[in-house]
Amino acid sequence: MNAIAPLSRRGFFSVSAAAGAFTLGIRAPLAQTASLPGATFGGVPEINAWVVVKPDDSVVIRIARSEMGQGTLTGLAQLVAEELDCDWAKVTTEYPTPGQNLARNRVWGDFSTGGSRGIRESNEYVRKGGAAARMMLVQAAADAWGVAAAECRAAKSVVTHTASGRTATYGSLAVAAAKLTPPATIALKDPKDWTIAGKPLPRLDTVDKTTGKQVYGADLKLPGMLNASIRDCPVFGGKLKGFDEAAAMARPGVRKVVRVGESAVAVVAETWWQANTALDALKIEWDAGSNQAVSQATIDATLKEGLGAAEAFVGNKAGDARAALPKAAKTVEATYTFPFQNHATMEPMNATAVWNADRCEVWCPTQNGEASLAAAAEAAGLRPAQCEVHKTLLGGGFGRRGWQDFVRQAVAIAKEMPGTPVKLLWSREEDMLHGRYHPITACKLTAGLDPQGNLDSLHMRISGQSIIAGIAPQMLQGGADSRVFQGLNPGGAEGAFGYAVPNLLIDHAMRNPHVPPGFWRGVNVNQNAVYMECFIDEVAQAAGKDPLDFRRALLKGSPKHLAVLNAVAEKGGWGKPAPAGRHRGLAQIMGYGSYVAACAEVTVSPAGEVTIHKITAATDCGHAVNPQQIAAQIEGSFAYGLTAMLYGECTVKDGAMEQANFDTYPIMRLAEMPAVESIVMPSGGFWGGVGEPTIAVAAPAVLNAIFAATGKRVRQLPLKHADLRRA
Amino acid sequence: MAKLTINGRVHEVQVDPETPLLWVIREQIGLTGTKYGCGIAQCGACTVHVDGVATRSCSMPVSAVTEAQRITTIEGLSPDGSHPVQKAWVALDVPQCGYCQSGMIMAAAALLAETPKPSVADIRAGITNICRCGTYNRVQAAIQQAAGISAAG
Ligand code: FES
Ligand code: FES
Repeated sequence: MNAIAPLSRRGFFSVSAAAGAFTLGIRAPLAQTASLPGATFGGVPEINAWVVVKPDDSVVIRIARSEMGQGTLTGLAQLVAEELDCDWAKVTTEYPTPGQNLARNRVWGDFSTGGSRGIRESNEYVRKGGAAARMMLVQAAADAWGVAAAECRAAKSVVTHTASGRTATYGSLAVAAAKLTPPATIALKDPKDWTIAGKPLPRLDTVDKTTGKQVYGADLKLPGMLNASIRDCPVFGGKLKGFDEAAAMARPGVRKVVRVGESAVAVVAETWWQANTALDALKIEWDAGSNQAVSQATIDATLKEGLGAAEAFVGNKAGDARAALPKAAKTVEATYTFPFQNHATMEPMNATAVWNADRCEVWCPTQNGEASLAAAAEAAGLRPAQCEVHKTLLGGGFGRRGWQDFVRQAVAIAKEMPGTPVKLLWSREEDMLHGRYHPITACKLTAGLDPQGNLDSLHMRISGQSIIAGIAPQMLQGGADSRVFQGLNPGGAEGAFGYAVPNLLIDHAMRNPHVPPGFWRGVNVNQNAVYMECFIDEVAQAAGKDPLDFRRALLKGSPKHLAVLNAVAEKGGWGKPAPAGRHRGLAQIMGYGSYVAACAEVTVSPAGEVTIHKITAATDCGHAVNPQQIAAQIEGSFAYGLTAMLYGECTVKDGAMEQANFDTYPIMRLAEMPAVESIVMPSGGFWGGVGEPTIAVAAPAVLNAIFAATGKRVRQLPLKHADLRRA
Repeated sequence: MAKLTINGRVHEVQVDPETPLLWVIREQIGLTGTKYGCGIAQCGACTVHVDGVATRSCSMPVSAVTEAQRITTIEGLSPDGSHPVQKAWVALDVPQCGYCQSGMIMAAAALLAETPKPSVADIRAGITNICRCGTYNRVQAAIQQAAGISAAG
């Protein structure tokens, strides 16, 4: 499982490259290539792209998406195994490579792993892959026995002829099954009949993570490999002017100092420690460019201007908020801000590459193997078919490893040393200074209440950065980035705004600083939930209503939003007395296809110290593939979201980020982690993601509880700036 | 040249005496279970035992360790993953990405060696490693399980 392919393992690639005959054309883009010999796996033919059954009955399930801790490897394997009706104890997994996917007309579909899409977007075709393989195995048994397939049934890797009681194991049927024509129509099981999927099974990849055996990209060793450390111009957009390599070259183990692209320089040495210390000794001259004039204050001022700007892109609109607001019996207004965040994966960015004039291979932890392949080919100056990428396990991803900057760098360095494998590992400092940051935004909210205290009008003006403008401006629509409105949309899987407000206007004044933005776990739902859920609490207070009752009234037409909110209110003890000194806060939102809510319980000491005791969290993700892993994702989401709320902030000085390590970018630790009670309440009928949505409710639930405790509204994140001392 | 006793074996390594123990373990000895996370004693990914004491190896120069001191890495905690902490970790499916977990397990094993029946407060004060995936609650529960105390206690 999860083996790292050694350099010599090209045989598999070339065999698979010619394969495809037994590939199922299940769904575009899973095109079928006819009349090619069958793909084999160590001499065993695959039944289809997703399933290989070996003679000893062990089952290899192919996983296209990247495992980075979120449990998708186990969850996807459960879905395939469920439809395959195989013995779960015999399941192992394997990543097909991006090169194989390319050579086989993308038989495995999309490799990209982000947006909590791993299961919600591929569940149908991977389940069909498992079901088709089962049908072919049953057919092979029926053919051998001269009976109809309908008279046979499959369970736990054994086909049984019901009438005669004859049995055959999958392992004995695999070769014959692989020769059959894939079924034209495939019926999937009703999730209520699941026995493998939907169960809280242990992960498949745990043991090696407890013994030190698990190999990450940073741990990779190849024969003759050298190590590199890199420094990119700390000012985004700046250039490398030059360097004096003498001092670095004089240090032990150093082999080469390499200019990388226009803005970076790397030292290659026998060990990484040698490379990194030599890099410190290297005299580098930067051409920082005009961005060195940018400071946090200038960025903040730009955002502030956007809050009142006349022009903005509209994301959600009902009635006429601008006309209604001045007529309101009472208005409430507040401005919130959400700063830049770094992903700070525990394993810093890295990639290992070996370049030859006609071939380039890369090993790397990546959230998008196909994008890594494209980046490698571009940097190598070769065609994608001449390149290959081997995915390693990711020591965290959170969106950062969808970017391929480290792949390009590694290949560029390796290209300077043909035939020699070079592992590029970023220092933590490099990782912190060259992130793809959570976008910075501010939000001004204005609400109008009618004489009965009902929310009649709401204007939510978001000002700030667009990720799409920063990474793929060609995807903007008329200049607008619709993803800015995640969780605030009129409808759809990416987050429907649940509250019914007669006069509603949610708009975005795009203001893009020079800092490169990225998808940071939870993405735009994070700040939108803080803005909306903290503000709705403020409005409830102004209306003299209970925050739960106020939300309930507005969510009448959004039963799924309401259901998770009610669940946390009930389990979290809302309306009942809290233990002495404790106060509660609520939040709910929809994102990534799922409905989530949280009820937080905090105390704030007279000195202003916050203790988050407990959070009750509910998720309706439609179908729950592995409830214990969903619970793990919910817990992890709170750690991620509360870290951002408590501490998370990257600030700009002279055009560069100021926070370079965990001493200035603190991460929440065990002592601060609240107890988490997870309520996984799948209501069926849809597939929602679980890796991200809960992050969004972490901060607002706690901030609302802090208000209940102190009467103070925290509107600027992170919390470390707030003074919560009692006067 | 440095002489180090790691997981019961003596190793001689040719290395700059300033090199942190972490990088000697990873690059000269070749044991990569011990991880690099920050290099400044903040995260604990590099935690090993030096004479049984949890030590952040990224911030200890190799010259500060003598041959007489016993260094234990995650690979040497047990021959087969059977240390009570490792078993509890598997039973509760603690790891997510797993990158921090070698350090977490080494910190937990040292804590239990010192305090076999830790209170919740002992665990929360004693485990200061960073886990970006947020496995903290399962870490706490697994330490209790390894110590043979019920989660409620
Ligand atoms: S790498 Fe040693 S404490 Fe972070
Ligand atoms: S399990 Fe990923 S950092 Fe801890």
